[in-house]
Amino acid sequence: MKKLINDPNDVVAEALRGIEAAHTELRVDHQHKIIYRGDAPKQGKVGIISGGGSGHEPLHGGFVGLGMLDAACAGEMFTSPVPEQMLAATKLVDGGAGVLHVVKNYTGDVMNFEMAAELAAAETGARVASVVTDDDVAVQNSTWTAGRRGVGVTVLLEKIAGAAAEQGRDLDQVADVARKVNANGRSMGVALTSCTVPAVGKPTFELGEGEMELGVGIHGEPGRERLPLAPVSDIAAMLVEPILADLPFTSGDPVIAFVNGLGGTPLIELYVLFNEVNKILGGHGVPIARSLVGSYITSLDMAGASITLLKADDEVLSLWDAPVNTSALRWGI
Amino acid sequence: MDENVTTAALEEWVRRFAHQVAEHRDHLTELDAAIGDADHGSNMDRGMKAAVAALDESPPATAGALFSKVGMTLVSSVGGASGPLFGTLFLRIGSTLGDAETTSAPQFAAALRAGLGGVVDRGKAGPDDKTMYDALAPAVDALDVALADGADLATGLKHARDAAAAGRDATTPMLARKGRASYLGERSVGHQDPGATTVALLLEAATEAPF
Repeated sequence: MKKLINDPNDVVAEALRGIEAAHTELRVDHQHKIIYRGDAPKQGKVGIISGGGSGHEPLHGGFVGLGMLDAACAGEMFTSPVPEQMLAATKLVDGGAGVLHVVKNYTGDVMNFEMAAELAAAETGARVASVVTDDDVAVQNSTWTAGRRGVGVTVLLEKIAGAAAEQGRDLDQVADVARKVNANGRSMGVALTSCTVPAVGKPTFELGEGEMELGVGIHGEPGRERLPLAPVSDIAAMLVEPILADLPFTSGDPVIAFVNGLGGTPLIELYVLFNEVNKILGGHGVPIARSLVGSYITSLDMAGASITLLKADDEVLSLWDAPVNTSALRWGI
Repeated sequence: MDENVTTAALEEWVRRFAHQVAEHRDHLTELDAAIGDADHGSNMDRGMKAAVAALDESPPATAGALFSKVGMTLVSSVGGASGPLFGTLFLRIGSTLGDAETTSAPQFAAALRAGLGGVVDRGKAGPDDKTMYDALAPAVDALDVALADGADLATGLKHARDAAAAGRDATTPMLARKGRASYLGERSVGHQDPGATTVALLLEAATEAPF
């Protein structure tokens, strides 16, 4: 394991110190491991918080700022944050209009956010709404599993719901927009290598030189199948076709196309992948209205990528185009 | 033996459990690595060490205060699914026992059943989902049966321990339907559930406590 770290157990705490030093417009509550906006709480604006295990940066802390999140709770590496963190964050950002919790569908995250919402209601009377993202088509959705995992659509949702909150919409309206984004977005990923959790010191799973894991999760959970490594044109089809088949993306429906790196893949390869995605979508008559290419929801040092397609109507596109000013996403300001 | 259990004896149960978790930490993490995310042992060990530290700092006077403190400490220090699940288990035991200074065998059994109810409310798991439920539910049932047959608490808990261990072993051939292991589908078969394993340790610790 070669990593830029001191003690593996201090990675999260020391990264928060670095974020605080680098981005002086943000505030950091080190006790609760919360990154929050310097101007929080904004009176009359719906607060939006998210959080999850660390190791997926810039998700979520990189998305705190104008037009996106008000606060992000950092858990231990790949481990959900605990209720008192989300409770503290809810209090920090509640400007009287209520708080939306954005939760990725993992058992631990869902339970910890649920407990936080119960505590917030009991302690402060704050209005809390929750939206759970579950966009990963690699997992069969059934009553016999914990349901689909929340992955790439979370980034798009945080941007779009953040813009809706910034416009002054109320909690129900912001939650409705967020649910619409989740309902219309689908994702799938592929790993070319494992990731290595610092405190573990060795790769989470074994993947041979000539192999790839199709449908991998963002913690290195196994996917649909292990296959021989293929040219990116084939890989793009293996990711895009299941997405298109899952949600009826019909010819002419504009989409936001998001090609995401998992942490260990260079940007140039993500553009090679985007080129293939563009060709496939063109073949299906699905126009790309907006795009996002880069590493935004990662799995430490895992090589690989995920693709997210979000069917976008005019409302979603206009919210996507609204100004955003965070350390990881910034435009229109 | 006096059938009523003191708060000090209940506290000893918690401490024995913390010891069991510490001793089996690496084993629990290995079980989790096979079908989860390889942190169950280290997370539970961190949580139980924090719980013991909280008890050292201010020993609770009542069973309710004891288990509330343990539950809240687990919820705020473990993370993942184990924090809310084991935390809720202890919180419900605590709220059921309340302010009484001693606990009778039927009260103990009722509290353990309430704890099981809390786990079900939080995790929505049922029989054969390959979770901690599969060890905890048989243990609660076995304790009830033993007490109804006239056994004392210590004897009843031995039956509960054996039932938890059998429940734990029975998770191995199961197909996981909850939590991260459920994503593995058929690949979860053949692995013992880490949460059920920890529940078996909890009941093992109960037989070591001076009840």
